[in-house]
Amino acid sequence: MGLWRTIKTAGWLGWQIEANWAEPFTFIAYAITRPIFSTLILVLMYKVVAGGQISTALFAYIYLGNAFFMYTANVLAGVGIVIHEDRERYEMLKYIYLAPIVTYFYMLGRCIPKLVITTLAVIVTVVMGVWIFDLKLVFGHWPLMILSFPLGIIATIALGIALASLTLLTARHGFFMTEGTAGVFYLVSGAVFPIEVLPDWMEPAALAFPITYWLEALRRGMMAEPVSKIFASWSDEKLLLILAMTTLLSIVLSVLINRGIEYIARKQGKLDQVFNY
Amino acid sequence: MKTELKTNLRAIWGRAYVRVVGAQREPSWILFEIMMPLLAVATYVFVYRALGAPKEFTGFVILGGIMTAYWLNVLWSMASQFYWEKETGNLELYLIAPISRMSILLGMALGGLFMSTTRAVVILLGGIWLFDVTMVPSSWPLLVLVFLLCMVALYGLGMLASSVFLMFGRDAWQISTLLQEPIYVFSGFYFPIKSFGFTLGTIASLIPLTLGIDAMRQLFFEAGRTHAFLPIGWEILILAVLSVVFLWLANKALLKMENLGKKEGRLTLRWQ
Repeated sequence: MGLWRTIKTAGWLGWQIEANWAEPFTFIAYAITRPIFSTLILVLMYKVVAGGQISTALFAYIYLGNAFFMYTANVLAGVGIVIHEDRERYEMLKYIYLAPIVTYFYMLGRCIPKLVITTLAVIVTVVMGVWIFDLKLVFGHWPLMILSFPLGIIATIALGIALASLTLLTARHGFFMTEGTAGVFYLVSGAVFPIEVLPDWMEPAALAFPITYWLEALRRGMMAEPVSKIFASWSDEKLLLILAMTTLLSIVLSVLINRGIEYIARKQGKLDQVFNY
Repeated sequence: MKTELKTNLRAIWGRAYVRVVGAQREPSWILFEIMMPLLAVATYVFVYRALGAPKEFTGFVILGGIMTAYWLNVLWSMASQFYWEKETGNLELYLIAPISRMSILLGMALGGLFMSTTRAVVILLGGIWLFDVTMVPSSWPLLVLVFLLCMVALYGLGMLASSVFLMFGRDAWQISTLLQEPIYVFSGFYFPIKSFGFTLGTIASLIPLTLGIDAMRQLFFEAGRTHAFLPIGWEILILAVLSVVFLWLANKALLKMENLGKKEGRLTLRWQ
């Protein structure tokens, strides 16, 4: 009960911080503008090379991967700056640590508004793809898509909380750190290209993260033909099982990192440090 | 007059100094602000590889990656900086000091240029080394001229935005976030803006990075000349005009916004 109250209150606080600076219409426009433009970068890159022809499997692969990767990018960016915001901007972190709550669940709650906003952006992006860019969706493997979706979200939250915990030890540059880390996942998860394009030495890294399997499962659930040669021979069950295992591992690592970093931060007096560079 | 100049020069150095030193004082900054963006640039390189694009497009991406360092710096460490200074309580100290506000902005710009250049150099060298791209300009003097004009115009735009952001509340953070990707698109960080067509390309040219990147792309790559939006001479001329206009506007806007802020009592407002 106490944990649920922590998550709910943190979620409400996060929503107020995220959304109450503007009228709802302005806020919704803000929430969807950035993802749309990040998608347009890839669409224009594709069009420059392909000479305008966009109704190919590779285009759909890139487009859908980018759309669903928004969850990872936004949750990492959202929860990744929570510590710096609470500690240095609002100077409230020490009070959160004084409260009788488990801070891991507080951070989990702060992820929820980001998930809600991102869901809106993902829907708009996919609809835009179907209407404007002639994206053809075929839900041939829909059970895989439905089962894998929550697993990827859980893995993303776990990674986000691990990253947020790390910011307890760093100076005020959460933005670059979270954007940078999201950039690493963007690269190694094969969000916008099949992972066989990566150099051989990077493939193990790609296969170590749940985001890679998650995006592959979602794309398989929505596309008519496979694009990635590495996963083409994998069955749906195998993909789902490995996604579940790597998700579980992410949760365990996230909790361990959170506890370890909190211990160090308390020891080094980092819970209320402020930087003014 | 001489004392005033000396005081302002010291203010410029003082404001730049914290950024130069700050950049070296936090080892984690080196990792997250220099190495991580290089990996993000790599993503776009692999997208072009997956599409089977000509090798010179890899160079386009690296050049775009270098320029993101400057755009992010202008956006987060120039435009929204006065807002952040207001939040941390430094702004009132700047306002009561016997110095020109432009000196503070100039110091921020020079310090920011230093920080961004370290990051840009790593992206350049890392990009060339990792992706085996040849980046030798056809004319060094022209490249230096284009780069300097692009930076003056860009940081002039940053100073202008900074004075506007002085009046913002919490929305400053959101607006900075919002401006990031659209500028990547309109300035053609990762693809030639010729694909926009002339009208949209001309509007996009009001952002100094658009013509700066296009001109540098022409100087570095044969394909850059094939996909050029305007001839380099025109781009240099427009960048020079933009530099003067943005610096002049920044000075005017700063005075206006400061006076407005004083009248409305918003210069010391925090967390709003």
